[in-house]
Amino acid sequence: MSAIATADAPALAPPASGDRQDGTDAGSEPGAPAAAPTPAARRGVGEVILEVANITLSFGGVKALNDISFDVREHEIRAIIGPNGAGKSSMLNCINGVYQPQQGRVLFRGEDMRQLGPRIRLRRMAEMGVARTFQNLALFKGMSVLDNIMSGRNLRMRTGLLAQALRNPWWSPAEREEIAHREQVERIIDFLEIQAHRKTPVGRLPYGLQKRVDLGRALAMEPKVLLLDEPMAGMNVEEKQDMCRFILDVNDEFGTTIVLIEHDMGVVMDISDRVVVLDYGRKIGDGRPDEVRANEDVIRAYLGASH
Amino acid sequence: MEQTFPRWLLAHARQRPDAPALREKELGIWQTLSWSALAALVRDLAHGFAAAGMTRGQHVVVVGENRPRLYASMLAAQSLGAIPVPLYQDAVAAEFVFPLKNAEVAYAVVEDQEQVDKLLEIRDQCPALRRVWFDDPRGLRHYEAQGLASLDSLCGEGRAHALRHPGWFEREVDAGQAGDVAAMFFTSGTTGHPKGVVHTHATLIDRALAGARFDKLTPREEVLAYLPCAWIGQNIFSYAQWLACGYVVNCPESASTVSIDLKEIGPTYYFAPPRVFEGLLTSVMIRMEDAGAVKRWLFARCMALARRVGPALMDGQPVGAWDRFKYRLGDLAIYGPLRNSLGFSRVRVAYTAGEAIGPDLFSFYRSIGINLKQLYGSTETAVFVCLQPDHEARSDTVGVPIDGVEIKLADNGEILVRSPGLLKGYYKNPEATAEVLGADGWYRTGDAGFLDAGGHLKIIDRAKDVGRLRGGAHDGAMFAPKYVENKLKFFAFVKEAVAFGDGRDRVCAFINIDVEAVGNWAERHNLPYAGYTDLAGKPEVYALIKDCVEQVNADLAQDERLAGSQITRFLVLHKELDADDGELTRTRKVRRAAIAEKYRVLIDALYEGRTSQFIETAVRFEDGRAGKVAADLRIEEARTFSPTRRAA
Repeated sequence: MSAIATADAPALAPPASGDRQDGTDAGSEPGAPAAAPTPAARRGVGEVILEVANITLSFGGVKALNDISFDVREHEIRAIIGPNGAGKSSMLNCINGVYQPQQGRVLFRGEDMRQLGPRIRLRRMAEMGVARTFQNLALFKGMSVLDNIMSGRNLRMRTGLLAQALRNPWWSPAEREEIAHREQVERIIDFLEIQAHRKTPVGRLPYGLQKRVDLGRALAMEPKVLLLDEPMAGMNVEEKQDMCRFILDVNDEFGTTIVLIEHDMGVVMDISDRVVVLDYGRKIGDGRPDEVRANEDVIRAYLGASH
Repeated sequence: MEQTFPRWLLAHARQRPDAPALREKELGIWQTLSWSALAALVRDLAHGFAAAGMTRGQHVVVVGENRPRLYASMLAAQSLGAIPVPLYQDAVAAEFVFPLKNAEVAYAVVEDQEQVDKLLEIRDQCPALRRVWFDDPRGLRHYEAQGLASLDSLCGEGRAHALRHPGWFEREVDAGQAGDVAAMFFTSGTTGHPKGVVHTHATLIDRALAGARFDKLTPREEVLAYLPCAWIGQNIFSYAQWLACGYVVNCPESASTVSIDLKEIGPTYYFAPPRVFEGLLTSVMIRMEDAGAVKRWLFARCMALARRVGPALMDGQPVGAWDRFKYRLGDLAIYGPLRNSLGFSRVRVAYTAGEAIGPDLFSFYRSIGINLKQLYGSTETAVFVCLQPDHEARSDTVGVPIDGVEIKLADNGEILVRSPGLLKGYYKNPEATAEVLGADGWYRTGDAGFLDAGGHLKIIDRAKDVGRLRGGAHDGAMFAPKYVENKLKFFAFVKEAVAFGDGRDRVCAFINIDVEAVGNWAERHNLPYAGYTDLAGKPEVYALIKDCVEQVNADLAQDERLAGSQITRFLVLHKELDADDGELTRTRKVRRAAIAEKYRVLIDALYEGRTSQFIETAVRFEDGRAGKVAADLRIEEARTFSPTRRAA
């Protein structure tokens, strides 16, 4: 019951989600002043943080992405949608630095990562605050929830392996650091409401909770930009609602910019500020959810089946 | 001996400032709030309330899980003479409307965004509601509703107010009298609007102390507060007795971590309705089934010994030296670790109340060395009426009247109670008050029962539910539906049961299977199923339930007076009875009349001898959406036994 308050109660949802609901419920909050600043302004959406320019990616003769350009602004929720095989995950992998596109550039805060080697590029992206989750979970199944999320802190740990191995049992810099990291991890556990599973091996958790742990590990990096690869795939309605709320809350509480790939149209339209639509590696739509929904190409390519 | 709750608080803060009062698990670590820190918090909140305009006699709604600052808010309200009204946190928004309007509530203290949303939703209907404060600010950052603020900001305003009004808090606390109203509890009620039960400081403190004397409670007790504090049971155990005895109340991290927290805290004084004990036992048994053969064998051997010897040991009866020795071995191997994994290692006194407890369930806990006892009471009697003394706990009685309680029986078998803990009245409802509270001070409990030879009270059913069979072989025989239903519910496979028979010639029943227990059974028997409705309709499940029903019939046939209550026909419902659909009360008691109305076609089908019946039912999901569940229900005959012949 507690898990669904935000995502599914449009009349009462915080104004932050007002414009995401197609504008139909804007200002319906009882007692809300008429001239309230727009939600986007209140969250400080503004500067372009990530720019994708003319990306083309081919695997042999297959063009996975064909001259794609779009931008992501700070603090916004940006969705990439499209039918199966449209190139969504490839797009995310280009942003993340896993794939090197044949043409085009990905600029993060104006910095071009192209000239760096693949390993350095991945690390550099992580250091600059880009974290991601995976469509097919990549968690350590045998490790506890706590340890999995703690592994997300890896990049932020200062003390070396030796110091951690040799620390004295009472007090040491390594220990002090671990306590600080543990506190951060506990905040995430609290935030994601998985206190009951702190010590449970991840492999024993239901799929929906594993997804939440995956999100937790990405959050442990304290990312500026969070890339979510189908965060709601394979979930039931209730789990989806929970995940929606967590995504909105992450965006709201921490100001994290979110780029998500999603299959579920309803979810995307409800929580995104702007949507990019891909089809067969081409961009066929880009704009606010209501604009995208009205776009003829998009209706033909994606929504056609359900209309 | 203090007269009001705030005075108890200040007394503890004065006499033992550093002793722990409340604990709460935060970020995985138990944090302690001492009595002096609590008193300071209460002072800030009380000043804050005063700054917001709250005055003596006004009502303050408190909604949420057990959180230290909600407890402190109740104390703060009482400090300045306002009346806290705790409401159930899992109620839907519409259920808040009546209490808020009835008590002209202007102020509310709630736990989190979920509760804030509910109050904002009904705000138009409750124009008196001026201020809402929340404990947990998560998700509320951009809310701009008028009068909405955090408890932190309230404390801040309180500190400013305290600077301007030195000594105000102490004067207000001193002005409170024992006869002042301390709190109001809305009873969930099986029919009509809920009723606000008004209690004074005197009634609650008197009963809290009577219970504490009975069980010799000390300031060293540990209690885990995890049931809704809108329920008077939780309120007495973790509020009234907490302040009167000065022990420690622990607030779990979240509703889902209760079993973990229970293990970590190891409470010494524990209170739960039977369903909680049942849930714990089911989880143990399911895990045991998955254990290796050796462990299962050892468990079975030890439990057989425990069943034979344990209750006798618990009751202080003589037990042979050899059995004692074996029991001690069993304690090392099984009972001790089991108590530990249940979180009951340190339990000195555990109570169950609210509903009848199954004899097997009850003796299981006693046999492994947990001092589980029963008590009898209600919201109107501030809980403590009858309690079982340590060595006299039985599953079919509810104990002896304790200090200050008088009991007598009305002609129709209804139990009447006189005690210093009786309610002051129902709020703004003199007719309802007059119905239950006579001028001579006797309170009509509405329960039918009698005192047995040992002076223990035995409850059969609600007095108004005890009916008679009409026509047929058992014309005029007594029919106590709850008695029959409880016998059914003592089976792990049966979650709920509703029996019909008043004014009819025989008894028929609806049954809800326990999806966890039956689902586990189905998995063991390689029976695939898609969900509750599918599982409930399986012929194998019907056979399983039929077996349970026939065992109950055999049991009922033992008693001449109850033989007519045997269940002749039954069906397994296609959906779980739910409080959200108005079929159960919030405390999960069956709303008999509502169910009879809603499922009239099914009752007709049962009595007309049909073998199946189609039904479509509207259901409401937890998020408030509505849907439909339809099914073709089978109706099954059950074997009955003649009273003279023993069960085969």
